[in-house]
Parts: sequence; C-alpha cells; structure tokens
Amino acid sequence: MRVTQISVFLENRPGRLAHLLQVLAEAKVNLRALSLADTADFGIARIIVTDTAAAMAAIRHAGLTAAPTEVLRVEVPDEPGALENTIVVPLAQAGVNIEYLYAHSERPLDKAEVVLKVDKLDKAEQVLIGELGNGA
Amino acid sequence: MIWDRKHETMSRSDLEALQLERLKTQATNVYEVVPFYRQRFMEQGITPQTIRSLADLAKLPFTTKRDFRDNYPLGLAAVPKERIVRIHASSGTTGKPTVVAYTAGDIDTWSEVMARTITAGGVTRHDVVHNAYGYGLFTGGLGFHYGAERIGATVIPVSGGVTKRQIMLIQDLGSTVLCCTPSYALYLAEAAQEMGVDLRETALRVGIFGAEPWSERMRQEIEAKLGLKALDIYGLSEIIGPGVSVECGYQCGLHIFEDHFLPEIVDPGTGEPLPWGQRGELVLTTLTKEALPVIRYRTGDITSLNAETCACGRTMVRMAKPSGRTDDMLIVRGINVFPSQIETVLLQVEGVQPHYQIIVDRQHTLDDLEVWVEVSEEVFADEIRGLEALEHRIRNELHNALGITARVRLVEPRSIQRSEGKAKRVVDRREAFGSS
Repeated sequence: MRVTQISVFLENRPGRLAHLLQVLAEAKVNLRALSLADTADFGIARIIVTDTAAAMAAIRHAGLTAAPTEVLRVEVPDEPGALENTIVVPLAQAGVNIEYLYAHSERPLDKAEVVLKVDKLDKAEQVLIGELGNGA
Repeated sequence: MIWDRKHETMSRSDLEALQLERLKTQATNVYEVVPFYRQRFMEQGITPQTIRSLADLAKLPFTTKRDFRDNYPLGLAAVPKERIVRIHASSGTTGKPTVVAYTAGDIDTWSEVMARTITAGGVTRHDVVHNAYGYGLFTGGLGFHYGAERIGATVIPVSGGVTKRQIMLIQDLGSTVLCCTPSYALYLAEAAQEMGVDLRETALRVGIFGAEPWSERMRQEIEAKLGLKALDIYGLSEIIGPGVSVECGYQCGLHIFEDHFLPEIVDPGTGEPLPWGQRGELVLTTLTKEALPVIRYRTGDITSLNAETCACGRTMVRMAKPSGRTDDMLIVRGINVFPSQIETVLLQVEGVQPHYQIIVDRQHTLDDLEVWVEVSEEVFADEIRGLEALEHRIRNELHNALGITARVRLVEPRSIQRSEGKAKRVVDRREAFGSS
C-alpha cells in the first residue's frame, strides 16, 4: 500500500531530533514508524505518522525543512527468510532498486511490516502484489 | 644586510627629488597612453603638468580594484601586447580575476625589489631558499623565485602542497630560508612533528612570510616552533606582487621601497590625505612600472607610516603591519575572497537561497574556509546522496570561481545567526589582525 512518508532535514548535533519529536507531540501527532539516516554533518529523519497533513504543517511552522515522499508499506510473514523471499529478491529480479527500507512499528499478529522506498514505485507495487497476493 | 645601499639608504631630500621626477614621467605616460587615465585626469581638470611637487599627488584620481574589473583584462596596460612578457592574476570581487602584466623591464624591477626583500632577511648567495609560495598565476611563487635567483641563492621551487616531501627536502637539501604563507609555516611545523621531525633542528634560520594577515602572537608561535626569525612581507599584484615592503631584522615595521612605490595614507571614508603617523588606508602609486602603471591605488589595507630612519640604516619609510581592511575582503590561504563572490556562486546553484554564512578558522593551523548553506525545501532531497551531491556541486562551483577548496556544510533553515534582520555573513575566528 502506498503511504506518504515525511522526510525532515536535521543537523547532526544533540537536540535536533528531540526538537522534531517535540514539534510532533505538540501537534498531537503520533509516530507509526521512524528511521534515521545520517552523515557527519546532517541527517534525514523519515517518519510515518497518524496525521500527515497536521505533521507537515507543524514541522513547517517550526521552520524545519521537510518533504513528503511516496513509499510502500508492505506486510511480510514474521518468519526467517520472509523479507528476502517476498520482497528483496523479487524486486531485484524485476530491476527495481530499493533506496532504503525500515520496519514499521504497527503490525498485525504473526506479521511484520516494512516501509520501503524504491526507484520504480508502480513496478514495485505490481511485483509485490503478485508475490504476496495480499493487495500490498 | 642591504642589497641596494644607494637607494635603500638615500637621504629623504634625494629620495623625494627622485620620486617627483619619476612621478611626473609616470603621470605623463599614463595620460598619453592609457585612455582610462586620460579621462580620469580630464574629469578632475588636471594634466600631468599639474604635478609640481609631491604634495600635488593628492590632486590625482584614485584607482580601485573595480577599475581593474571594468577594464578587464588589460585595458589599463600602457604598452603594446608585444612588450608584455608575463601575466599574473589574482581574484577579483566577482567572477573575473584581476589580471596584471609585466614587461621585461618590470620583471627586472620586480627581481630587484625582491632581492632587496630577501636580503633584508640576511639572506645571501650562500643560502638555500625553500620557496613554498604557489607557482603559477599567483605572484608569490615566481616573485620570490626571481628575487632569490637575483641574489644568487640556491632556490628550491617546491611550490605548495605535498607537505611530507617538503619536510624531507628541507632536511635533505639543508634549506636555510623558508618562504610561504604564515599559516603554511605552522602547518609544516605540525606535519613535521607528526613525522617525528623537529624543524628547530634543521638548518632553517629565516622565514619570509606574507600573502595573508597574521598577528604578532602568530609570529611568536612560528618562531618558537620552527626555530627561525620570522619576517613579514607585503605586496599586491595590482602594484607588482610581493616586494612592495618588507621587515628588516629589527622587525619594527615594513620598509616600503619608496623609489618604486610612492605611499600615502588616506581617510578611507573621504579619501583625504592623512599625516603619515595617523592610521588610515594605504594608497600606492607605482613610479617605475611599464606595462601596468597604477596611479593612487586604494589597497584597502589599514596601516600607518613611520619615516624615521631605522636602526638597520634604511631610510625607506616603514608601514605598520596592516591592522584591518576597509572592505569585506578575506584573505584565505593567500587567496583574496570576497563574500560577494561566494554569494554569486551560491545563487547560481538552482534552489539555493542566499542564506549562507562564511566561517574562516585557523584551528588546524591552515586557514579553513567553511560555507554554511541553509537547506530550503527547493533543494531538499529525501535521499542522503542527493544532499551530498548538492554539497559536492556547491564545493566544485566555489572551487571553480575562487580557486580555493571550501568545506560546504548544509544547515537547517534559520540556523544562521541574523542580527536585526540582516544575516551575519562572515565569521572570522582567526585573530589574524590581532595584537600587532
């Protein structure tokens, strides 16, 4: 399923992530997934939230730089090899590159959920629907 | 030691007579040959005949860096192209560099004033001169090279970079004289220490350092770490390059070679001449230049002049170590950098907003130029590699425009300090114009 992720530019120094989380808490927005990418000087916080529009507004109001990104949220069986067999290998075979991938915190029983950003969104969706047969 | 005793110890009256004669010749020449000067003279309602005494110098028009830019590349030249034997260049305030030209006669004059400069440090033909000023368009490398050859010293034209090899050569070739920027001198000492080499134990005994401002404290540090006497040199390509003035062994001001370069001190705001002892902007007129004579060049450097005869015997006036600039020009690793140049580059990179800050530091002994750029939504990419590509692109563009490597740092919006709505563009942490 396609979802909108918010990417936020943060300087790599103490207190910046705390600042972002405080902004979200004040806007009464709850986090569903969070991933951090970093370099020596800066990082990108990627978040999936309960209310994307409210979160974007609050983040911009706080003066932070943010951008919405379309990503895929996909269920996978919670068992060894599942991620490889159901997502990573089929996408590789279809020539789709995964830019990044992280775990989603909300999940149904016996399932895991991951968020992935790919270079070919439509193609990835087709591949994963075929593979999982669950309307991913 | 004095290279040209006849000129360097001239009586003030003889010197002034020589200066006046040369000034008249120079003014007549530029008036007749250079359209820019003829027009400026006419605007002021003067001709070369207006000059009857040295005091009349104040009636002549100023020349500025802007005039070099407006007449790019060589509109100010006073000789036909076939007489020009050399071109050098320094950075201008915007895209185009400041280009300067030399005739064979100019190269000879330059070699002479550089021979005087190097001799002022007690250097003779028995010395080995390690010349780590950059060779190329920059005047530092070749200026020192010709001067050191003129006195018959052994020159090592090592130029900049490859620091480990430099340290090896200083040891193996028995270098006695080090010529480079003061920050590079400290960097050499640090790098030597890491290699387990103590530069104080080498044959180095004199250093002639310039091309960037440095404080008295930095001199003490250099002298202590390298075990040599550190002398300050001053010059600028618009006038000739290095060789305008230098300290003698008494380290009490830089002797200006007044028989070639006529100095004045003016009020930077009004342009009115100030008495020599007073602090103001240094203005220089070339008296013997052929390819590119310059009338009353506004150097932008703040200093004062002292005409008392020095203990070394030279009568040539001494300028104090420059204590600041009249404009916002930064000198980083010997290269002139204007904040306006950096702004121009940033605005050419798509989506970059003019929210930037320039940090100049000397923490690691070498000048470090860091440009902070605020990340707006226009340039923000969800992927690290996109942002790194942006950093890379800005760094390349800055290198192309300035000839200097800057560290580019992406920062959050509004993290650059703004005072009363106006961003503070430059933070200079070097104490370069410190206690001098």
